Amino acid sequence: MITSTLLLTIALSPLVGAIIAGLFGKQVGRGGAHTVTILGVAISTALSLYVLKLIAMDGHPAVNMSIYTWFEIGSIKAEVGFLVDSLSALMMCVVTSVSLMVHIYTIGYMKDDPGYQRFFAYISLFTFAMLMLVMSNNFMQLFFGWEAVGLVSYLLIGFWYKRPTAIFANLKAFLVNRVGDFGFLLGIGMLLAYLGTLDYATAFARAPELVGQTFTPWGSTEWAVPTVICILLFIGAMGKSAQVPLHVWLPDSMEGPTPISALIHAATMVTAGIFMVARMSPLYELSETALSFILVIGAITALFMGLIGVVQNDIKRVVAYSTLSQLGYMTVALGASAYSAAIFHLMTHAFFKALLFLGAGSVIIAMHHQQDLRRMGGLSKYMRVTWITAWVGTLALIGFPGTSGFFSKDAILIAVQHAERPGATFAYICVLLGVAITAFYSFRMLYLAFHGKERFGHDNDHAHDAHHDDHGAHDDHHDDHGHHSGPPHESPWVVTLPLILLAIPSLLIGAFTAGPLLFGNFFDGAIFVAEGRAPLAEMAQHFEHGPLAFALHGFITVPVWLALIGFGVATYIYLFNPAVAEKAKQVLAPIHRILDKKYGFDELYQALFARGSVAMGKLFWQAGDQAVIDGALVNGSAGLVARTAFAIRRLQSGFLYHYAFMMILGLIVVIGAFALLQ
Amino acid sequence: MLDVILSLLIWVPIAGGVAVLTTGERAATGGKWLALIFALFTLGLCVPLWMNFDDASANLQFVERAAWIRTFNIEYYLGIDGFSLPLIVLTCIVTVLVLISAWEVIEYKSTQYYAAFLMLAGMMNGVFAAQDAILFYVFFEAMLIPMFVIIGVWGGPKRVYATFKFFLYTFLGSVFMLIGLVYLYLKGQSFQLIDLQSMTLNMTEQTWLFFAFLVAFAVKIPMFPVHTWLPDAHVEAPTGGSMVLAAVMLKIGGYGFLRFSMPIAPDASAAYAWVIIALSLIAVVYIGFVALAQQDMKKLIAYSSISHMGFVTLGLFIAFALVLQKNSPDTAALAVQGAMVQMISHGFVSAAMFGAVGVLYDRVHSRQIADYGGVMNTMPWFGAFVVLFAMANCGLPGTSGFVGEFMVILAAVKANFWIAFASALTLIIGAAYTLWLVKRVIFGDVANSHVAELKDLNSREWIVMSVLAFFVLLIGLWPAPLIDVMQPSVEALLQHISQTKLIGV
Repeated sequence: MITSTLLLTIALSPLVGAIIAGLFGKQVGRGGAHTVTILGVAISTALSLYVLKLIAMDGHPAVNMSIYTWFEIGSIKAEVGFLVDSLSALMMCVVTSVSLMVHIYTIGYMKDDPGYQRFFAYISLFTFAMLMLVMSNNFMQLFFGWEAVGLVSYLLIGFWYKRPTAIFANLKAFLVNRVGDFGFLLGIGMLLAYLGTLDYATAFARAPELVGQTFTPWGSTEWAVPTVICILLFIGAMGKSAQVPLHVWLPDSMEGPTPISALIHAATMVTAGIFMVARMSPLYELSETALSFILVIGAITALFMGLIGVVQNDIKRVVAYSTLSQLGYMTVALGASAYSAAIFHLMTHAFFKALLFLGAGSVIIAMHHQQDLRRMGGLSKYMRVTWITAWVGTLALIGFPGTSGFFSKDAILIAVQHAERPGATFAYICVLLGVAITAFYSFRMLYLAFHGKERFGHDNDHAHDAHHDDHGAHDDHHDDHGHHSGPPHESPWVVTLPLILLAIPSLLIGAFTAGPLLFGNFFDGAIFVAEGRAPLAEMAQHFEHGPLAFALHGFITVPVWLALIGFGVATYIYLFNPAVAEKAKQVLAPIHRILDKKYGFDELYQALFARGSVAMGKLFWQAGDQAVIDGALVNGSAGLVARTAFAIRRLQSGFLYHYAFMMILGLIVVIGAFALLQ
Repeated sequence: MLDVILSLLIWVPIAGGVAVLTTGERAATGGKWLALIFALFTLGLCVPLWMNFDDASANLQFVERAAWIRTFNIEYYLGIDGFSLPLIVLTCIVTVLVLISAWEVIEYKSTQYYAAFLMLAGMMNGVFAAQDAILFYVFFEAMLIPMFVIIGVWGGPKRVYATFKFFLYTFLGSVFMLIGLVYLYLKGQSFQLIDLQSMTLNMTEQTWLFFAFLVAFAVKIPMFPVHTWLPDAHVEAPTGGSMVLAAVMLKIGGYGFLRFSMPIAPDASAAYAWVIIALSLIAVVYIGFVALAQQDMKKLIAYSSISHMGFVTLGLFIAFALVLQKNSPDTAALAVQGAMVQMISHGFVSAAMFGAVGVLYDRVHSRQIADYGGVMNTMPWFGAFVVLFAMANCGLPGTSGFVGEFMVILAAVKANFWIAFASALTLIIGAAYTLWLVKRVIFGDVANSHVAELKDLNSREWIVMSVLAFFVLLIGLWPAPLIDVMQPSVEALLQHISQTKLIGV
């Protein structure tokens, strides 16, 4: 039975851990902090898996319950409550299990950090917020979780708050997300205005009423209400899931410690937008226009962000751009009405991308916080576990037949291929090209880090230059770090264990779950696809003979060949003939420059929005408040009173003849007026 | 005791203030304790007040009524409904916190400082409890005197300019209100609010009254373009003065709109709601940008207050369109509730923000953002509190700052999408100026030797910050109790404004 106690325990145990570690960090100490938070998340994970088992295997019906009333005004009600069906149960498992791995990993990664307890408090708090988001049964709580994960992301990107780059990045992340939330909130407002409810179940039930209603923004222009609502909500998703043009915060978020890059900025938080759209599928299915919009935005993100990944030299940034690109794939799937494929890719991606990020973190530890790929190479012989698991992650990322990424990516490609809405062809070309790009940058990174010549010295590893030191807060602790010199070595077991535990699902989970998730009835009742739309029908035919046959069939399909091309080029260049890379850079200089500048989004936003709004504020303040209101009106009227008083005062001179003269003048005026009127 | 509880809430602190004054400077410590005891006792009175308040009724409760000036039918008439109750409680809480936060800080004439705040608290309670317009007016004006003294005596270097600006601005506004009230008396021979609210008035009369009240309350809350006294007053005021000014005194403007303008002149309010809505949106957007450009922490927070008050006026006046045109009283209630919650929430959040600036000012004696940086390194607990309050200031869900804005924006979508669009910009602008402030002051490496020497919060400051944090989170996580207390009064107000007063004229 899924009871409210069970669900509350799942949601609140990480919160309890966070509070203990955060507020009483000094009292419980380092060991206490990680014990209590890991315990909390472990309880959540175990119970989430139990809930998933009940729903997926035992046929437990979906649960929709209210915990308490947040406010109630007439018919408008906002509650805190849980909706647990197959979709949320799956998300709960992904969130808690990745979070658990990251918690364990953090023991090793952050062991020398003075903010150890604080870090555990934050990641547990994040787990709580993310659970509230995915378990919500209403829009108010969704928005709560939505912004709360943003808050924790803000705190964690700025975890090393002494570093100027970190506190720039976290402010940027929060503000860009707020732009998305702006749209999201208006979307919720439109829903309330047209459906009169904040509750999912009621809203979805009434959603068909929206069809045919129009909204008049101005004049005689008319927009379809479902389209407006869906696009507004999707703007929120664009912020959270970093879709072009609101993607700029995600690469900068790599300023945060690596464990949270894995947990928040790869596996879970950034996929909240994808989850949200899938959750709202009954709404999105009402608007062909909104779905086309989503399709195109996703396709642009998938291809063009992948391209930037090709020229990055910071190991974490390669993975970050890869994340952007993969989020684009998920978004494309949503746009093609293949919500289940999007969620499926979300799940597989959570595992293999968390794996890759944590692997990158393991490399960073081994390299003494060097993140520049050009100073790595040949690490495979020093760190076998990290190397092998990185291979697993890479194969899953490029969609090598049989790995989990293969099933999920193939589902997306097929869905787009068969989508019949404006933008589908463009999207299909983008995602196909993206497959080759993905393979190229993935293997480039793998080779630069683990293979080829060693490009680091064994004794000058301190290279704390420019943009690499993941442990900025440590600058004054160098003497404590005996391990900062000497050859790279494999990370401790708390680091490698999560790598192994994540490598297993990266490899296998696709084959085991593709059937029920994509073609079975797992998501029935949770995800809604309009009748007549069956984006995965063709894939289902091929899949009839089971995952193994399907994987073998994969070898003869276009995507795999494209991936092989990417793999081949990367192998040739980075394994056998590195000079080609330099040459290509020179030949393709203009393109390289564009990619290196990331298409100029950052510069544009910085000039237009950051500097522009401060300049506008100054103008308003100085011209409006100070010059006009205070200068002319407030002090001006005081001045006017003073001047008038000065003028009138002159009349009262004190000289008798002045007064006598005035009296006579007055008398003349009065008599004259009297005479004239007569 | 319940029969006279409102009188006690007014006169206990005022009498306490007088008593504290008589202790003199030599017994300053005793005077402080005496003041605190009076403030705590007054706060204690709020407990039976809240417990015995019937939240199913919109009627006036705890009514006290006696003739005062018979010639003009002026009464000593007290009573509260759902609008008054939370504001009185807010006043009592903030007063205690202000006294605690001044404990070791104010050395010059400290007993007089304490006395001024006690009297101010009594008068503010009087404003919220008065049901006779002249009684209201007397408290409304008398309240200026202690604040005038607080800024004028314990203020900063430009305090004379600031006090005069503050006094003249607000006084000018209230004169128009008095003229309006006199007109109403001449017409109806009564100053009782209940009579004024039910009085039939033609459109011309209502229009004149609406604008007379508007001037008074727009200055008080304050609205663009009569807001420029506020930044100056805040900058010069001592910490406690800023806390009370922002937390309670501004709310009297919003309270005035829903006690006077809306019920007395409902048709004119409906007709000219667009004026207020336009000015509110200017407050949210224009003032938000102005806040972004500030170099002085207190000025920044003062502008942020004006911007937040924009949601109060917006919520109150979109209710007209929602009731009359959209025929959606529930959404209108959402808007008015949002405005009220915003007032209460801002009471706690702004008190906290000004209190936090005070904590820094006591140590470094500067309000300039540029003089700080990396405070987190030396004051981690303080930094954590500031981040919490900053998040409340930019309306993060889970904090009180979210609730009111969320409700007003949601209601605004129903009234007009573009009103909602403009007001929701606060999500971005508010976060920008607040978090940029946090970035420059709290985060970063230790900026200078002053910051390096900072000591974290002492226990006295801990109390103030944690009490405020408690309420910020309580309202953010569970606003239902607050909303339930107000709901009948909101419904009654909406019922009242939905009926035109023009019939029969």
